[in-house]
Amino acid sequence: MTVARETNGCLRSVFRTEGVTKVYDMGEVKIHALRGIDMALYAGELMVLLGPSGCGKSTLLNILGGLDTATNGTVTYRDQDLTRADERALTRYRRHEVGFVFQAYNMIPSLTARENVAIVTEIAENPMTPEEALALVGLDDRMDHFPSQLSGGQQQRVAIARAIAKRPSVLLCDEPTGALDSKTSVAVLEAIENINRGLGTTTALITHNEVIGEMADRVVRMSDGKIVDERRNDSRRPPGELEW
Amino acid sequence: MKGQSAAIAVVVAAGVMILIVFVTTYDALTLTQKRFYEDQRFADVFADLKRAPNHVAGRLRAVDGVNHVETRVSAPVRIEVPGFDEPVRGRVVSLPEEHEPLVNRLYLREGAFPPPWRADAAAVNEVFAEAHGLRPGDTFNVIIRGQLERLTVSGIVLSPEFIYQLGPNDLVPDYKRYGVLWMRERGLAKAFAMDGAFNNAVFTLRPDALSERVIELVDEFLAPYGGIGAYGREDQLSHRFLEEELDQVRTMATVLPVIFLGVAAFLLHVLMGRIIRTQREQIAVLKAFGHTNGEIAAHYALFTGLIVCAGAVAGVALGAWVADGLARLYMEYFRFPEVSFRLQGWVLAVAVFVAGGAAFLGAYGAVRSAVSLPPAEAMRPPLPERFQRGLLEQSTLWARISQPTRIILRNLSRHPLKSGLSVVGIALAGALLLVGSQLFRAIDHMVDFQYRFVLLMDIHLTFTEPTPERAARELLHKPGVRYAEGYRAVPVRLVNGSSEYQTSLLGIERDSRLRGVVDAERRPVRVPHEGILLTTYLADYLGIRPGDTVEVEILEGRRRMLPVPLAGVVEEPIGVSAYMERRAVNRLMREGPAVTGAWILADNELRETLFRELRDLARVDGIGLVGDAERAFRKHLDDTLLAFMGVVLFLSISIAFAVIYNNARIALAERMRELATLRVLGFTRFEVSWILIGEVALLTAVAIPVGWGIGVGFAYALNQAMALDMYRVPFILTPWTFAFSAAGVLVASVLSVVVMSKRILRIDMVTALKTGE
Repeated sequence: MTVARETNGCLRSVFRTEGVTKVYDMGEVKIHALRGIDMALYAGELMVLLGPSGCGKSTLLNILGGLDTATNGTVTYRDQDLTRADERALTRYRRHEVGFVFQAYNMIPSLTARENVAIVTEIAENPMTPEEALALVGLDDRMDHFPSQLSGGQQQRVAIARAIAKRPSVLLCDEPTGALDSKTSVAVLEAIENINRGLGTTTALITHNEVIGEMADRVVRMSDGKIVDERRNDSRRPPGELEW
Repeated sequence: MKGQSAAIAVVVAAGVMILIVFVTTYDALTLTQKRFYEDQRFADVFADLKRAPNHVAGRLRAVDGVNHVETRVSAPVRIEVPGFDEPVRGRVVSLPEEHEPLVNRLYLREGAFPPPWRADAAAVNEVFAEAHGLRPGDTFNVIIRGQLERLTVSGIVLSPEFIYQLGPNDLVPDYKRYGVLWMRERGLAKAFAMDGAFNNAVFTLRPDALSERVIELVDEFLAPYGGIGAYGREDQLSHRFLEEELDQVRTMATVLPVIFLGVAAFLLHVLMGRIIRTQREQIAVLKAFGHTNGEIAAHYALFTGLIVCAGAVAGVALGAWVADGLARLYMEYFRFPEVSFRLQGWVLAVAVFVAGGAAFLGAYGAVRSAVSLPPAEAMRPPLPERFQRGLLEQSTLWARISQPTRIILRNLSRHPLKSGLSVVGIALAGALLLVGSQLFRAIDHMVDFQYRFVLLMDIHLTFTEPTPERAARELLHKPGVRYAEGYRAVPVRLVNGSSEYQTSLLGIERDSRLRGVVDAERRPVRVPHEGILLTTYLADYLGIRPGDTVEVEILEGRRRMLPVPLAGVVEEPIGVSAYMERRAVNRLMREGPAVTGAWILADNELRETLFRELRDLARVDGIGLVGDAERAFRKHLDDTLLAFMGVVLFLSISIAFAVIYNNARIALAERMRELATLRVLGFTRFEVSWILIGEVALLTAVAIPVGWGIGVGFAYALNQAMALDMYRVPFILTPWTFAFSAAGVLVASVLSVVVMSKRILRIDMVTALKTGE
């Protein structure tokens, strides 16, 4: 494990949230998606965020990734206060610091696997080549295939390659295996673990699947917009050993 | 959906409007003409002669087929209106002494008809009265046969004979410088030395009469009295102009609505189909809730129906408004007592049927494919679209193209039909713009040609009768005259087999400096010593070629038929002229060196003095100013054509906007996820917008030349359909024409992009990514 420790022995945090709330104003109804989240994500760790659907975990991830803003509280990325960042700063942040993986893969259907990665490397500052990125997820033989010619698992691995090709500081994965069968899911989770271990990319992964929590350094459990439990695994189980 | 529905409604409105405008205008004009002719008993046959005693009228009345005859004195006059210094020409026509005419009745607008037995009162044609602010009771002077008469306006009138009031030698009406008056017979006959005689007769015919036969008989009777050939209504000046204008409106009423409605129908079909295709998820949800296919179809039928209705209502309102305005504009030139304006049910029905039919067909196809999917499948987002590597990737440039641009190219090439239809839709709008600007330019060119190459004189004089040629030379001594040249004009009928054409044969100097005779390349053509020159149009009309012989029937003095060889053809955009050398005409007429008029090049500063001198010449009965005529002509064109162009411009840009905007909106709906993904990946709003804007730009860029191609075809078709005899609009394409079409399309696409970009800026990543999950 490569979680970095600060000199005084504490873990160095990449993200820190304090009292984060998110309220969706739907006219007459107000939906409290997050009700005061205090948490941290530490450099190099793989954190799994567990919870039933509607508990607010995607909202939290969107706020961490600069897709959405908190109603109250503060979100700090390294020394940057994301709650005060404007639209341009958030775009820059997403462009250079964050890699995203979604449940629905979000491929650009008109671009090949290589091009889906290239679209990010073209605008990044110090990217790997699309070929390198695809090799990391084991897809070097499928580079010129269009999304429609790839299986769901393969598409998700392209999405991971696309997310990490810019060498982001954090990788945020929102139910990356939600649409996949268990065998394919393992291959995708292995790709994520390889990235986390091999490149040391701090990773947060959302799932409602308890078993996946076993591959994490730390498992944070959410319910009804709040963190209800947090535990550290003594050891991470390799995804290949997971079964559900 | 609001914007898209509105854009579709605009297309419907455009089609409906254009149909209504032209059909209704045409209908209004023909209906008004018919009613006015009937009410005022407009003549069927007209005859001019030198002089016949009044008792001849009885014999004319007895001609088989004739219903009523009115014999009249008709005299060219010069008019002096207080406060207007320029030369004014006119014509006075006699009214029977004690009753209203049986033929060509006057319609009283204001005041009264001239009282019987009064020689100093006249009724004045409305346009002339309006131009000079004359009211009943006002007085003015006329010079009849060199004799000054003071007349009082008794009333303001309209006449079916002068609906289009045009002076001799004028191409368009000049109300200030040409007027028509009516006086009681006795006073006019006395002033014009026509006591107990007449020099003009008008006839109405029985319904079963053959006008050709009547004309023959009348000609026979009047020949001893210097008859110069009776003619039917179709050759009457005002009627002919009116008919030609109506022909033009009829052509436009056929060609333009077909083009516009066709374009609209095509677009509706495409747009409705695409809009409904973006709603397949809603359709699936409705089906999942247990709605039947029939109910869903009914829902979209209603949706389509509402859009078509909204468009049709707007189209009818706009159409009626524009048609009313257009009809009023025509009334400026064609004087009728009132416009019989009506909105016909069938026009509306056709317009709505075509627009609605196209929309429903488009909607039907899309709804059918949507309901054929099982609900569960339809609710799932469509699978990633299939793409394949194709020709694009083989190009050496491909490697240099950025990924966002690749997205654009792949999306367009993935759906060649869809992209093709969009291109065609935008191109059609560009084509319409090209048609409009082509017409505008061509007419402008035609007027330039006429006034820069054909009519080179400043002043145009007509003499009361053939005059020795020295009269023209004497003009050189008048103040301000820089150059003068006489001409001999003879009314003739040109005959070749069964084709014939009545026109004026112009005898001009061999090297005329004031009347340009040019060929198609605008090179001057020398008038030959013998033989006749005809315009290309006239030669074609008569079916003769240079070297052939044409029969020239002289409609003046002793009427004779003479064969004359066609020496060549000349190009002339306005008018149907026939030219011969002046002396050759004199020989043809068996007369000495005579002229019937003169052309003058004059100094502008001395114009007023010159007018005064010319006005005092007894033998001058008409003074025409070419510059004024040109101005009047251009104003006429500007009025009618600019209005027309405004409509075309508005409609074309609306159509282009509707196509481009809808295209972009649908693309946005289809790609929302993709664009949101790019935003998540760190693309800026501008970079994301490029994917849609680039698509619009590319479609527009391809559509512009395609539109040029289609437009040239349309313009050519319209040009062929409008080959009238008075104006022969040339088919001219200039860079300006193409630029105008391109600019219109660009304006529409920029507008669409501006409206669209607001939506692109509002893309909400979180919501967009959730859809379909």
